[in-house]
Amino acid sequence: MAVVLVLVAIAVGSVLFHLVSPWWWTPIASNWGYIDSTLVITFWITGAVFVAVVMFLAYCIWRFRHDPNRRAHYEPENRRLESGLAAGTALGVFVMLAPGLFVWHQFITVPADASEIEVVGQQWLWSFRLPGADGRLGRAETRDVTSDNPLGIDKTDASGLDDVIIQGAELHLPVGKPVKVLLRSIDVLHDFYVPEFRAKMDMIPGTVTYFWLTPTRTGTFDVLCAELCGVGHPQMRGTVVVDSEADYQAWLAQQSTFAQLQASAQPAGATMAEVAAGK
Amino acid sequence: MVDASHGASDVIPPAAVEDVELYHPHSWWTRYVFSQDAKVIAIQYASTAMAIGLVALVLSWLMRLQLAFPGDFPFIDSQRYYQFITMHGMIMVIYLLTALFLGGFGNYLIPLMVGARDMVFPYANMLSYWLYLVAVLVLVAGFFAPGGPTGAGWTLYPPQAILSNTPGGQDWGIILMLVSLILFIIGFTMGGLNYVVTVLQGRTRGMTLMRLPLTVWGIFTATVMALLAFPALFVACVMMLFDRVLGTSFFMPAIVEMGEQLKHGGGSPILFQHLFWFFGHPEVYIVALPAFGIVSDLISTHARKNIFGYRMMVWAIVIIGALSFVVWAHHMYVSGMNPYFGFFFATTTLIIAVPTALKVYNWVLTLWRGNIHLTLPMLFALAFIVTFVNGGLTGLFLGNVVVDVPLSDTMFVVAHFHMVMGVAPILVIFGAIYHWYPKITGRMLNEGMGQVHFWITFIGAYLIFFPMHYVGLVGVPRRYYEIGETSFVPASVHDLNIFITVMALVVGAAQMLFLFNLFWSLRHGREAGGNPWRATTLEWQTPQTPPAHGNWGKDLPIVYRWAYDYSVPGAPEDFIPQNQPGAYGLTREAIA
Repeated sequence: MAVVLVLVAIAVGSVLFHLVSPWWWTPIASNWGYIDSTLVITFWITGAVFVAVVMFLAYCIWRFRHDPNRRAHYEPENRRLESGLAAGTALGVFVMLAPGLFVWHQFITVPADASEIEVVGQQWLWSFRLPGADGRLGRAETRDVTSDNPLGIDKTDASGLDDVIIQGAELHLPVGKPVKVLLRSIDVLHDFYVPEFRAKMDMIPGTVTYFWLTPTRTGTFDVLCAELCGVGHPQMRGTVVVDSEADYQAWLAQQSTFAQLQASAQPAGATMAEVAAGK
Repeated sequence: MVDASHGASDVIPPAAVEDVELYHPHSWWTRYVFSQDAKVIAIQYASTAMAIGLVALVLSWLMRLQLAFPGDFPFIDSQRYYQFITMHGMIMVIYLLTALFLGGFGNYLIPLMVGARDMVFPYANMLSYWLYLVAVLVLVAGFFAPGGPTGAGWTLYPPQAILSNTPGGQDWGIILMLVSLILFIIGFTMGGLNYVVTVLQGRTRGMTLMRLPLTVWGIFTATVMALLAFPALFVACVMMLFDRVLGTSFFMPAIVEMGEQLKHGGGSPILFQHLFWFFGHPEVYIVALPAFGIVSDLISTHARKNIFGYRMMVWAIVIIGALSFVVWAHHMYVSGMNPYFGFFFATTTLIIAVPTALKVYNWVLTLWRGNIHLTLPMLFALAFIVTFVNGGLTGLFLGNVVVDVPLSDTMFVVAHFHMVMGVAPILVIFGAIYHWYPKITGRMLNEGMGQVHFWITFIGAYLIFFPMHYVGLVGVPRRYYEIGETSFVPASVHDLNIFITVMALVVGAAQMLFLFNLFWSLRHGREAGGNPWRATTLEWQTPQTPPAHGNWGKDLPIVYRWAYDYSVPGAPEDFIPQNQPGAYGLTREAIA
């Protein structure tokens, strides 16, 4: 009957581990508290089912252990019991699915006032682009990537000239403002992953993907890559800093635009018009 | 509902299927090597699968050593680490689990359980094994090729799979992997068509579909699924091979690799993911359904009780098989596909939980009011229920699209799929080997060694994978050579990693004892007799043990009842074999 004790220990031990072990998610820093809530609901429902099934299993093994003087019951089917269990399970599944789909709808519905930023992944570093004064990101193409235009920004698109480029440095975001994160890669799959934001999404070369969030507290957070991108995958790190509005503006003022970076890279005498013409 | 009254007049004359139809071996070579006997082919499949599985086991040790003691083993650099995880995953899913369940158990059990003399196409069946062996050798060749095997992860996602910053991407590794998969699929198709046609056309007189043991239902449905799902992987492999070798761009968009524009353009990386998971998700059930079927028979036999709700169990297998073709994109919630897919795939994914849960209920209800013998097969079956329920429930996290967002690509996913499609099916494989070894060899496996093997494997595997979920919940991503410095991973996670690695070493070592037992018991095991478990299904009623070529002697068995007449009230014994006519239990078409 050791197996009965082991099963009870597994049921009780798993619940205790969940409750007292020190390993839990890192405190959230975005508006996606709903995701955490749905996850907690799922923990409780599935945890209750797990304990119930394992404990009932243990009871059956103990209660109906082999006895040479007894025969097993003969009952091929019990339709009422089977349909009852099916209905109960369907209900439990619905209780988990409904809030999940509700939150998913929010997840993919970007608020109209969200500002756009772009994250560009490449082996194995993160770059960022902000829309600049006109509030719009210029067109960009992997085909346009060159050594002095590492993000492949289309020089003929005027709305790209004032885009703020951040390479090899931290991304800053203002707290409390919704932001739509556009994701682009110029080589392989990557995934922009900030554990505190909960939201994440793959970036696919040739496509622009996105997610949105509202940072809810200031702080400095790690950026990791969550989609295998070659041997350097674990070293693909970055930092995102969520600032108060004033700090954010101060930081933003120190950043360079695409046009400024192009000008500093051009030989002396080149004019903005020439840069804009793509020369 | 149950019509149990049938008399001796129901005895049906045997079908005249002479064994002269079979190819009979003339030499040692055709008897044991190029054999067309499904039972020999089964043992060849199983031995090859376990041999390559041993390689995967050693690879898992190496990767766990790196995770627990990063940098302490200079041999395991990041290049090799990714090669190890890739080969471990691919071997376990395809070359071990698929091959062992379908090629191994399918070949051994289908003809015996349906009352056939052999598979219907024995020659194609033989070719199936030899192609499988070549596929395994090509796979292993990757370890010796320049640049080593591919390190693209078992999902082989392009573009990185065929680029130079991935191990084997611009060397031989990825080519050998793709060729090996293509060979495997061709070989499997030959075997798979055999299993399907044998179940549909090779059943003996009286063996209706609704009298088949659930083992056959599980393997049959899984094989039909595999025949439909593997072609998606096949075309994906061929296209990627073209991209890599011929420079086409099926999956390759414009790419700048390390500052250089590549000659690719216009392809779609996400197309590969759809093809891969159109195969990959049914693959989960291709492994799970045979396990579901086998475990049903183990529980019924060793609890001396009919499987509860047989028809529901059959329909659940069929419905799960069908639904598993419309859930694939739940592997891709954060892939960047159209986000509206999430509504559809989360719904189908959670719907599939209902028939799966019903199977669990029916296993447990089979134990209810049973007469439970805690034999080794039963112990493994019980351990399967616990680990499968655990792994199935965490699937409700990952299937529920929004909950998947923070958890995807973390160690939570690794823990989930190991529990549900690694540990649980492998526990069934062990239970099945302890159960059928006496039929295959005529001897019982040693009980003492079996007990040690069971307890270490069950408890150890649970202790490896249950805490691993929490490593993922903390936020540690999967496929990280080392997590390094972060602000959100507490130092205690490192201690947990050491614990998991130690358990992995111990559980792996216990498998050596199991392998030793397999060989030791061949000679020293207790004589089993023809039907040591007093089971009802046909494979236990053969005239010889192990069964001879042709299985049945002169006359094929005739089936009078379903596979689960255990503890029938009034019957003299607590089991009635399927080929026994008589007044008790569910004879003829009573279950209708």
